[in-house]
Amino acid sequence: MTKELLTLRVNGEPRTIAVEPHHTLLEVLREELGLTGTKHGCELGECGTCTVLVDGVPVLSCLTLPAFLGDADVRTVEGLAGAGAPGRGAEREATLDPLQTAFAEEGAAQCGYCTPGMLMTARALLDANPRPSRAEIAQAISGNLCRCTGYTAIYEAIEKAAARS
Amino acid sequence: MLRLPRFRIATPRTYREAAQLLRDNGAGELDRTRGTPTLRVMLVAGGTDLFPNMKRRQFSPEVLVSLARVRDAARIHENGKLEISAGTTLTEVAGDQRVRDRYTALAQAAELVSTPQLRNMGTIGGNVCLDTRCNWYDQSLFWRTAEGFCMKTNPEVVCRVATSSPRCLAVASADTVPALLVLGASAHLQNAEGEREVALADLYREDGIRAWAMRQDEVLTEITLPRAEGWRSTYLKLRDRGSFDFPIAGVGAAVRWDGGTVREARIAVTALGSRPLLVEAAREALVGTRLDDRAIGAAADAVHKAARPMDNTSGTISQRKVASRVLTERALVSLRDPGAWGAAPPKR
Repeated sequence: MTKELLTLRVNGEPRTIAVEPHHTLLEVLREELGLTGTKHGCELGECGTCTVLVDGVPVLSCLTLPAFLGDADVRTVEGLAGAGAPGRGAEREATLDPLQTAFAEEGAAQCGYCTPGMLMTARALLDANPRPSRAEIAQAISGNLCRCTGYTAIYEAIEKAAARS
Repeated sequence: MLRLPRFRIATPRTYREAAQLLRDNGAGELDRTRGTPTLRVMLVAGGTDLFPNMKRRQFSPEVLVSLARVRDAARIHENGKLEISAGTTLTEVAGDQRVRDRYTALAQAAELVSTPQLRNMGTIGGNVCLDTRCNWYDQSLFWRTAEGFCMKTNPEVVCRVATSSPRCLAVASADTVPALLVLGASAHLQNAEGEREVALADLYREDGIRAWAMRQDEVLTEITLPRAEGWRSTYLKLRDRGSFDFPIAGVGAAVRWDGGTVREARIAVTALGSRPLLVEAAREALVGTRLDDRAIGAAADAVHKAARPMDNTSGTISQRKVASRVLTERALVSLRDPGAWGAAPPKR
């Protein structure tokens, strides 16, 4: 089997990489592009921690083949902070997504393993529905398992980010 | 990392090309009774059912024919009938206003599949062709190797659910199928020679391995729903958690009102046997009635009698049998009076 040259648009940048056709988007993001913010959990579609946005829609990177993406826009948790703003460190932190700030303030991340998937799912929700009800938030993140928080802090963080946006 | 086995990808632009690719790669000679890992070529649309199975090595095809680039594969078109292309995602189906208004059971069923992410990826065609499920089959290769496999992957082995069973007892687990059955759906199939249309009810068989009456070299291209004037429909599902899980019992119900009388009715169940099933005796109990408690009770009894769960999903056999009755009652009560949604079941 030979690798195939593929151009993916990740966090606004075109990235040309040689990939094995049977490697999933999750493997390509983590192993080829070094974007380890996207976590691998069950890798079978049963946990939601590998959620990324493809053209703004939450999908599971563990079950997505890069070859099928075409020129779609892939957004990972690395693309949340300072979206559109250059720089590193403090400069970049100053432009954290309101969801990231609210998650930190509300203790919505404990072990943190579900957090990247939660953040991306919540971002898609707020982009589509800037003032979601608690029921709409629960429905939106019903594909993201968290075993630490009991979800309440996550609901509150998303509500806080919505109120600030 | 749980990696996919190696394969080649083919990306046809039309369903006919896809069918030809299946044929060219020998799909016509393939037979699932030789064990699922022997299939050399398979179709993939959303991948939400196939890829987990491939990661667990229930399937290891050399060639995957992807439907991701097929033109017009994702659309809902109204032409008297409602035509839903097979590549339409479950999110699109659940959100379509025409489906929500007139084919309510389908919108509800699509919305109850798994999780939002998987509904964004998974397609209606994929759900209709969902692989049958079983506690002895949906396990990692490591687990299955330790247990010694089962009939579905290795035909020389017995069925682990009932060791004397001559057939595989894996369970039909698609939510949208009972909804489509009660709405009178038909399926369009494409093969290398041409197309054919079959009633969806005729697409399934009571066999966990050869669960579909379609050939390995055929592609499901479209689901068609007839006009729904006068019909009201709903789908109810029992599962362990409020998200993620496959049904362990599911009931679709539809009635066509004519004044205050039920002129036509259909009840279908899923996750209670190897095939989704239209329960004819339940129809007979309802037609000509005013959907009174007595008629609903008789229909629920008929569904309870038709339900044949085995001990191969979560939940217990008796719990799922009882659920078939309770879900039928609740579904029919909701069709009688929209305000009674979630109300107590009728007295028997």
